[in-house]
Amino acid sequence: MSITIHDLRKRESSYLPGSAACPGCGATIAFRIASRILGPNTVYVIPACCFSIIQSPYPRSAISAPILNFAFAAAAAAASGVQRAYKFMGKDVNVVVWAGDGGTVDIGLQALSGAAERGENIIYICYDNEAYMNTGIQRSGATPMKAITKTTPTGKQEMPKDMPMIVAAHRVPYVATASVGYPFDLANKLEKARKIRGFKYIHIFSPCPPGWDFPVNKTAEVGKLAVDTYFWPLYEIEEGKLRITVKPRKKPLREFIRMQRRFESLSDEDIEEMEKLVMEKWNFLVNLEKLERIF
Amino acid sequence: MVEGEWDIITGNHAAALAAKLARVSVVAAYPITPQTTVVEYLASFIESGYMNAEYIRVESEHSAMAAVIGAAAAGARTFTATSSQGLLYMAEVLHWAAGSRVPVGMAVINRALGPPWNIHVDHQDAMSQRDTGWLQIYVSSNQEVLDTIIMMYKVAEHPDVMLPFMVCLDAFVLSHTFMPVKIPRQEEVDEFLPPYRPRHWLLDPSEPISFGNLVLPDEEYQEMRWSIDLSMRRALEIMEDVAEEFSERFGRYHGGAVMKYRLSDADYVLLTSATLASEAEVAIDIMRDEGMRVGLLKLRSFRPFPHRDLRESLQGRKGVIVIDRSISFSSGGPMGNEVRSSLYDISGAPPVVNYIAGLGGRDITYNDLIMMTKDAIGRISTGRLKRPYYWYKLKPEYQRVELAEEVIS
Repeated sequence: MSITIHDLRKRESSYLPGSAACPGCGATIAFRIASRILGPNTVYVIPACCFSIIQSPYPRSAISAPILNFAFAAAAAAASGVQRAYKFMGKDVNVVVWAGDGGTVDIGLQALSGAAERGENIIYICYDNEAYMNTGIQRSGATPMKAITKTTPTGKQEMPKDMPMIVAAHRVPYVATASVGYPFDLANKLEKARKIRGFKYIHIFSPCPPGWDFPVNKTAEVGKLAVDTYFWPLYEIEEGKLRITVKPRKKPLREFIRMQRRFESLSDEDIEEMEKLVMEKWNFLVNLEKLERIF
Repeated sequence: MVEGEWDIITGNHAAALAAKLARVSVVAAYPITPQTTVVEYLASFIESGYMNAEYIRVESEHSAMAAVIGAAAAGARTFTATSSQGLLYMAEVLHWAAGSRVPVGMAVINRALGPPWNIHVDHQDAMSQRDTGWLQIYVSSNQEVLDTIIMMYKVAEHPDVMLPFMVCLDAFVLSHTFMPVKIPRQEEVDEFLPPYRPRHWLLDPSEPISFGNLVLPDEEYQEMRWSIDLSMRRALEIMEDVAEEFSERFGRYHGGAVMKYRLSDADYVLLTSATLASEAEVAIDIMRDEGMRVGLLKLRSFRPFPHRDLRESLQGRKGVIVIDRSISFSSGGPMGNEVRSSLYDISGAPPVVNYIAGLGGRDITYNDLIMMTKDAIGRISTGRLKRPYYWYKLKPEYQRVELAEEVIS
């Protein structure tokens, strides 16, 4: 039974009008979907990230769910504490970390890895806008190669960390990638994560109009093109078994790259080279899909 | 070990027992010498079923503190323990705990900071966390470790306080030393310490509260800081009340914010804390036998700092000798500086002579305390107070440099 638009419409989101998000923010699309699926019996732990601001400044709040804002490095640890306290009291509550890519792949990696290794019963969601957008567009460990940020003004030289695979290597019960361009795929993965006990990790590709420099009405389109060009493949790893959840007809990577000015330094040769990398990764995933278990 | 009986246990064992008796329900911990046995005891208590709690074996001290804050935010009474570098690694989250107004409890086994590596007693670790908004109590015996942790939950969870606390005990001198301890019965502690029921805010899906949102300058950021300060000051009297109540129920009194020993008629006051203070009682007795009118003021609470108590106790004395086991480089001992600032505007305030002693576990005996007291009295009576603080028991070749500096300055 997969989630349909009718299901989504029936469910209430805890994201209210009047937030402090930038126009076209991908992360807010992701949160709206997530909060609908996770339901009202959910608490969020949010480290320093765009969402620290998006919630709206005190005393206002754009989110009608309990939130523990937390220090950058330790959201997964704080969520572990919250969940264990509920467990001790015999309460069943969804404990969710809602973190950006910096708080996940960089400074928060230790706490995330610890919680995954301990098998804490929490859902860790990374909305990935591929740089430190809250502080004004600096490169993170998730920033793609060649992307221009304010700390990589001529383009990043390194490949990003493969975070979903890093988490999957902890042998947690559920890991998934998602994109705001494929909302029902995201919704179904959230629904699955909600029902599985143990550590669940969902990494959401979350386009950022000011950070990537594309028009604010193109967020969903950029999110969809990322998947359709194989730049951001959608898959899930359930109990070690990998499955590609969306297999679109391949579009040229150029269509995705040229929509965003963060990639403006890329020459045609660069794009060709990236296209190769993208296909390599896709074929790698296709091969992994054939295995009984990858971890 | 039987509750309600005497036993001979270490300070770390006493700390773990206190957490159990306080009915802590979430423990998160990361090992560090000499704190390690605290979390080992807790692990064995919980796994053997002697204690009912969740135990989170985290991957760092930063995460240990984060986890107990999260658990306290969800309504649990929590405990952790650390030492030295571990406490420093927590620094960011220590501020987060106080700002969150969660009454998290922690045993800090005071140990020197590196480099160079040194695992012995020194108060630099906790002293350098003095501005985190944590209540900070220094204790002198294993009995005091156990009793104080139980008492401090009652203080910290008081609606007018709602701040985290650390009970500080000296590395090895208490943590690994066996002493007789009367272990209270669980029912007695339950009567004294009611369950934790946060009233100000709680992570509860049925009543959503967003905690820790961005606060702009015109909103209440400054007022929130003020409220921590107010609660900290308020904690002084609550600490006294709780100590009184504890003594009525359990027959043991370790003092509130301070403990006084042969002080009433003393001309000179020795002021120190932790195990140096128990050593000082011996020193006072010997000096009294020699006819010197000296008394001891043991500082139990460093945060909140008992300014009024000190002013009342020290006014009219001929001199105060403050012995610090840590150093604020180029400025003196943290306690020495606080005592001076307490007395500053009293007319005819007694001179304060501050010694830095016993760093990195260097042994300080009652004899050393007598030496410092006599040195201070000599300086005061002959007007040789040349420096705001003095290093005690430096190796002779270093002492020569220090003394030469004294002549120059």
